Amino acid sequence: MSKILDDLRYADSHEWVKLEGDIATVGITDYAQHALGNIVYVDMPEVGDEVTQGEDFGAVESVKAASDLLSPVSGEVVEINEALEDEPELVNQDAFANWIMKVKVSDPSELENLLDAAAYAKVCEE
Amino acid sequence: MSDKFMPHTEEDIRAMLDKIGVASIDELYGDVPEEVIYREEYDIPSAMSEIELRRHFNELGAKNKSLTIFAGGGAYDHYAPSTVAHLLARSEFYTAYTPYQPEISQGTLQYIFEYQSMISELTGMEATNASMYDGATAAAEAMFMMVASAKKKNRVLISDTVSERVIRVVKTYAKFHGVSLTVVPEKDGVTDLDTIYKELEAGDVAGVIVPTPNKYGIVEDFTGLADNVHSAKGSLAVFADPSALAVLRTPAEWGADVACGDGQSLGMPLAFGGPYLGFISCSKSMLRKMPGRVVGATTDADGKRAYVLTLQAREQHIRREKATSNICSNQSLMALYATIYLSLLGKEGLKEVNALSCDGAHYLYNRLIESGKFTPAFNKPFLKEFVVKTDLDMAKVNARLLENGIMGGLLLGNGLVEFAVTEKRTKEEIDTLVNLMVEG
Amino acid sequence: MKTYDKLIFELSRPGRKGYSLPADNFGVNGIGEIPADLLRKNEAELPEVSELEVVRHFTNLSSKNFGVDTGFYPLGSCTMKYNPKINEEVAALPAFNNIHPLQDATTAQGALELYYNLQKMLSNIAGLAEFTLNPYAGAHGELTGLMVMRQYHMSRGDNKRTKVIVPNSAHGTNPASAMVAGLEVVEVKSKPNGSIDVEDLRPLLDETIAGIMMTNPNTLGMFETEILEIAKLVHEAGGLLYYDGANLNPLLGKVRPGDMGFDIMHINLHKTFSTPHGGGGPGSGPVGVAKHLVEFLPNPRVKKGEDGKFFVDFGEESLGSVSTFFGNFGVMMKAYAYILTLGKENIRNVGPLATLNANYIKESLKDDYLLPIEGVCKHEFVFDGLKDKSTGVTTLNVAKRLLDYGFHAPTIYFPLLFHESMMIEPTETESKETLDDFIEVMHKVAKEARETPEEVINAPLTTIVRKLDETGAAKNPILSYRALKEAEK
Repeated sequence: MSKILDDLRYADSHEWVKLEGDIATVGITDYAQHALGNIVYVDMPEVGDEVTQGEDFGAVESVKAASDLLSPVSGEVVEINEALEDEPELVNQDAFANWIMKVKVSDPSELENLLDAAAYAKVCEE
Repeated sequence: MSDKFMPHTEEDIRAMLDKIGVASIDELYGDVPEEVIYREEYDIPSAMSEIELRRHFNELGAKNKSLTIFAGGGAYDHYAPSTVAHLLARSEFYTAYTPYQPEISQGTLQYIFEYQSMISELTGMEATNASMYDGATAAAEAMFMMVASAKKKNRVLISDTVSERVIRVVKTYAKFHGVSLTVVPEKDGVTDLDTIYKELEAGDVAGVIVPTPNKYGIVEDFTGLADNVHSAKGSLAVFADPSALAVLRTPAEWGADVACGDGQSLGMPLAFGGPYLGFISCSKSMLRKMPGRVVGATTDADGKRAYVLTLQAREQHIRREKATSNICSNQSLMALYATIYLSLLGKEGLKEVNALSCDGAHYLYNRLIESGKFTPAFNKPFLKEFVVKTDLDMAKVNARLLENGIMGGLLLGNGLVEFAVTEKRTKEEIDTLVNLMVEG
Repeated sequence: MKTYDKLIFELSRPGRKGYSLPADNFGVNGIGEIPADLLRKNEAELPEVSELEVVRHFTNLSSKNFGVDTGFYPLGSCTMKYNPKINEEVAALPAFNNIHPLQDATTAQGALELYYNLQKMLSNIAGLAEFTLNPYAGAHGELTGLMVMRQYHMSRGDNKRTKVIVPNSAHGTNPASAMVAGLEVVEVKSKPNGSIDVEDLRPLLDETIAGIMMTNPNTLGMFETEILEIAKLVHEAGGLLYYDGANLNPLLGKVRPGDMGFDIMHINLHKTFSTPHGGGGPGSGPVGVAKHLVEFLPNPRVKKGEDGKFFVDFGEESLGSVSTFFGNFGVMMKAYAYILTLGKENIRNVGPLATLNANYIKESLKDDYLLPIEGVCKHEFVFDGLKDKSTGVTTLNVAKRLLDYGFHAPTIYFPLLFHESMMIEPTETESKETLDDFIEVMHKVAKEARETPEEVINAPLTTIVRKLDETGAAKNPILSYRALKEAEK
């Protein structure tokens, strides 16, 4: 059973988001890292890039699979987790602690389009 | 139904049909609409025995003429040691597929690793892929790499001093993929760097492609180019002759991010245009944008050194329409060719090949100028290929050369003629060529 | 026996050489004329080895390889048929190998005639009007074919057609080629048997569709029985049909793609026409088109003049060029030799016997392996792993165990329609005895999976290297000897 944190919002494409002020921290879920297996590379956006809800902002690669990352929010990337450049396996170790990007959101109400923990748990069960 | 490639006896077929539970092979096609079953005779000859086939090929071969070649234009008549063809004929190499099962493909994987290492030595770049189709398609892929790397920028500049046959292909790829390609005009036979710098000011240039040596054989000076391209947040690709890189300043030394080109010059048969070998090398930062197969070193469960296809998540079989390219294969056997060739020639041999070719070319150049019938076209440094100008009726001259078993220079128009000389050409052959041209 | 594990670089000793070149008697110093700034500063560290060392090194490497000449290679979708030796012999003839691609056509008539004949033969075999032999490989053929498709629509001013329909069961190359050709991919669903769902297709066919890419039989080896209906629908909607020739082998002698309504196709000479795969290439991917598309084929083209002489047309129209010269001519020679060896009589048996072989294996193994789609297949079929799902043995385990028994593995985890796909294609060149040996080993592996599963899970046990650390290789890519030396320090 994969871990799901109660205080986060989720996209059905398996990204999580945590909003603090107008800064959203984004990562992939424990379920997603588990499904991918050993992660060997995280393709991250650059600081300053604009991201749009539902559109891809990067990718996560394992040896024999790759998964696009879809942004759960719209806005401007203000920070990326540079530790993942050298140690992508951190995502396997703790997918919630090892976020991928921080976004200054342009429309906080977009979060209402996302799932809460209970709804996301159901997605994972299917 | 048995023939030498299909071993089925009547008894075999009967037993197999019984196992399947059908009465005839035709029944296996029972789901095919009757109207598309092809019942006519194929419009091809009747089966040939080996004796007849050899005869047919010899008859065709007799309609070709093997010439003493003084032309290049992207295909060079270099020498290959006897050993290369012998080793290449080992069927453990040529009857294998792409090395998907590394445990039984270490031979292929290791030579690709060695190939990558050697091309990286020649280009000076950190990473090289397992090879591409040819130089022109490699240049097109280099264009895509630079666009992908620049993210939002979509314009690429290519110097008009890159071979026209390469530009033609790059243009085709650009047109369909939607890359805006600008051909930067030449100036006195070399890339017009000032025009490039002006174009860079627009801020929309993802990358620049320049050649070494260029289509006239000239070794161009790209001092300052990489800095300018990089400060405009673009990438630099150098289209290079890998053989020449044993002596010429390398793409890495010019500050390039990508190197590409055609490996035919590494002793490969002219073979009427192919198979040749495209190569792509890049800096570490571009690695994930590189197309095609890549082999990496690793270890097995017992800690033994081994090789494996790696970085596969970029590729078409995993990423489908999000892949860096649609290329699945490489020119693996030609990469093996290059690896064996470079192993034999080695560090000193490849320099010697260049020295001999370059000396032969300069000897021919000097003789042509001394003849008074040819004048220098550009007065720029060259290696094994060069262009001169003449008032002679070169079409007539070349026809006369053909009668004497010689392929003369390529006619570039406006009285420009381009000659290439490799280590295979002797002083006597060059003297004969010059005499036939100037004396008629 | 100690296995050989040296890299060529590790045999290098300064001063050793493996070549001989003539003395330089030109009396000039050409490189001395080039300014020092334009010469390389750091030397290329190529190996310095003797000829015998090179011969032994590569001979040793070859012994670490498995090829069609080593044993049975049931790799689905790859058509690993026997590569006839006469093909290699004729393709190596100096009379063809010494021809410069820019040589005057009058001195290359033999090469041009061969090229022209092959274009004609492929056109006849495919049921299409004309072929270009320029594309270098299957994927390159796909790209070229899609360019033809786009160029056709653009030439009519029909610029809205920017999408191509690709079944979700298609080879991964199809969508990737579409992307490179600047086309947007629209997926059409497959029915459980891998066939295109015509009802799902119908609503997709609007004025933005350039065409559809299909292979037939599909990637499950099943014939698309509704192909004529699909062709009609796509054509009525103004689109073109592209045939992915990867699965052409079972149709040889039976069905011509052109007769099914396809407008454009590529052929993999290295699959259907017996040219060797070469460890990943060179291949050749000729593209054929119906009459109304001939003018869009890429340049250069080889043609026959009214005087019976062959010539190269570098023409202006068409979509442009996709190759430096004329494609992989050396590969074409081998395919040409193969077609002539078979002749119009034996070529008829290729597809039927390939289909017979595939159905024989399928029926012989379906008691131990899960056959998701019942019924007659063509040249290949797919199992969804072992029938007994309680053993914990996966398709990957079975594949690796086969290596221990001296067989190449099938294609695994493709198509994506099943979790444990195992795609088997025997080709027509294999004898019943070979197939029986393979069947016996497959049964044995299934038995092992039930009785001693750890043996299968830990496979391969007898190959020269064991399971590899692929994660480490992808995480810290070591792509050259220079990098390896650094890493091993």
